[in-house]
Amino acid sequence: MGSEAPALIGSSGDSLREAFGKALSELADEFPKLVVLDADIAGGTGVHHFRKSHPERFLQFGIAEQNMMAAAGGLSAVGLLPVVTTFAVFCLRAVEQARLSLAYSKRNAKIVASHPGLDVGPDGGSAQALEDIAAFRAIPGMTVISPADPIEMRLATRAILEFDGPVYMRTGRSPAKRVFGDGHTFEIGKGRIVRDGTDVTVVACGVEVARAVEAADLLAEAGIAARVVNMATIKPIDTALLARCAEETGAVVTAEDHNVHGGLGGAVAEALAQTRPCPIEFVGVKDTFGASGEPEELAVMFGLGPKSIAEAAKRAIARKRTH
Amino acid sequence: MPFTPRTVETPPREPELKRELHAEIALAAKSMRQHTVASIYHAGSGHPGGSLSCADILATLFGAELNVWPNAADDPMRDRFVLSKGHAAPALYAAAAHHGFCDKRAALKLRKIGSRFQGHPHVEDLPWVETSTGSLGQGFSVAIGMAMGLKLQNSTSRVYTLLGDGELQEGEVWEGAMCAAHHRLDNFCAIIDYNKLQSDARNDQIMRLEPLAAKWRAFDWAVAEIDGHDIEALLRTFRRAGATRERPSVIIAHTVKGKGVPYMENMPAWHGSVKLTREQAEDALQALGATRKDIKDYLDGL
Repeated sequence: MGSEAPALIGSSGDSLREAFGKALSELADEFPKLVVLDADIAGGTGVHHFRKSHPERFLQFGIAEQNMMAAAGGLSAVGLLPVVTTFAVFCLRAVEQARLSLAYSKRNAKIVASHPGLDVGPDGGSAQALEDIAAFRAIPGMTVISPADPIEMRLATRAILEFDGPVYMRTGRSPAKRVFGDGHTFEIGKGRIVRDGTDVTVVACGVEVARAVEAADLLAEAGIAARVVNMATIKPIDTALLARCAEETGAVVTAEDHNVHGGLGGAVAEALAQTRPCPIEFVGVKDTFGASGEPEELAVMFGLGPKSIAEAAKRAIARKRTH
Repeated sequence: MPFTPRTVETPPREPELKRELHAEIALAAKSMRQHTVASIYHAGSGHPGGSLSCADILATLFGAELNVWPNAADDPMRDRFVLSKGHAAPALYAAAAHHGFCDKRAALKLRKIGSRFQGHPHVEDLPWVETSTGSLGQGFSVAIGMAMGLKLQNSTSRVYTLLGDGELQEGEVWEGAMCAAHHRLDNFCAIIDYNKLQSDARNDQIMRLEPLAAKWRAFDWAVAEIDGHDIEALLRTFRRAGATRERPSVIIAHTVKGKGVPYMENMPAWHGSVKLTREQAEDALQALGATRKDIKDYLDGL
């Protein structure tokens, strides 16, 4: 009796990394210069699909992210289109390589990070990157993207390959809820109103968009009309849309699977402070590390679930009167 | 068709050619060292020790080994050179100026506000700089990426990178060393400017590198160990590296930090960013064979 290889846990299904890996494979023929860099976690990042479909353009770097990140600069310098893939937490160990050898050197290279935030789940605190958006957002010229669902991930994958410049994009480990239909479109730098409302705006990215929509349902039951904005591009942020939402709803909540410092919340606050100041509440991990557990359990434990977003919305609305 | 004998000019005998080339490279190295000292004097800061130690290596690369052309700096067929030890920027600028990639006088405005000749080389400022460096270890990895990418595209161009010895303490270098050997990058040649000194003290006081050649051999590189001021040895070793198949090459070039300026030689104090007094600059230039007029031109010409 032959022993079968164990199935990769969580590698299939409707996850953002799966959608990314498949999209990359499908787009490869359209982008002949595309090369994919891996640090021995292709099965985890979803690029095993690309390895299978385009082995000649799949470059193995071993478990050595600093070298991989900087080498992407060299690959770009000789005319290729490198996509660096690893877990978000390992991107953090190569932030300086991304800074000097990609962004400062003006390279057209993409970094795609799977396993961001509490969405990592059981691997626990050491593996849950809650600082990556802040770190990459602070690098001049770096575009930062965190799509919300598999449909958007496919579109965003094409968009970053067409875009000229360094990009940091988050995917996700766990099965993601569908937010969009097949007619969805994606444009780098543009936020989208997913659901309209007049009392408060919830600005979310990544897995928090689906939770924000659920939060809007909870708020509707309480007679509150919440607008939900999918802010898939965190940098450059859609300041015009934010200002309009602040103007029209008077209060804002940000929601992200990331530290409340320096991520989407920070970006939204920076933009609104200079355009249309209003009460803002921040939903995210409150300057602490994560822990083991299932993503949905962790979302409740760390205050990232729909209920927490709804409560934050009520707080923001209450602050309108005193603002 | 009738046979027509081709007239062939008798080429100069090889030793003669060699002597000419050696003399030319040695002269270039001398002029580069002078330029380096002058630019650091004007800047009021900069790293003289490690710039002077690698002058002969750079002079040989630019003078004989690299297929690069100032009037076609972006030719995709060119060889690539990455100064991984980016703090030796004054030496790179001097080499580039000597070989017509930039204006000599402009390159003397090292580290000045508004100057494209920053303290560490930046690709956006200077088109012939292949990638921005300064943070040790990164240039080496970028060069590896270039070598991989060129091979993937069936290019015959070669990639060269110059590392400092202290730089080898960066873990990234050994990630790259494993990677280049694994991918059999025989279009890749790394040179180590082994001057034995780093920022604070001798390598073996800070973090021992020896046995260095054995380390690279263990990583499955083709290793050569030579005198980094011996131009003939450099030329010979580059030729051998070019003929090596299936493996990347590393040249461990033993050098003297501050080479050519007696009061700097082998003194760690001259590694770091230092300010040269007028008198020190004059002494250095004189030791480097500059005439009184050269010295005046270099120091008062800006």
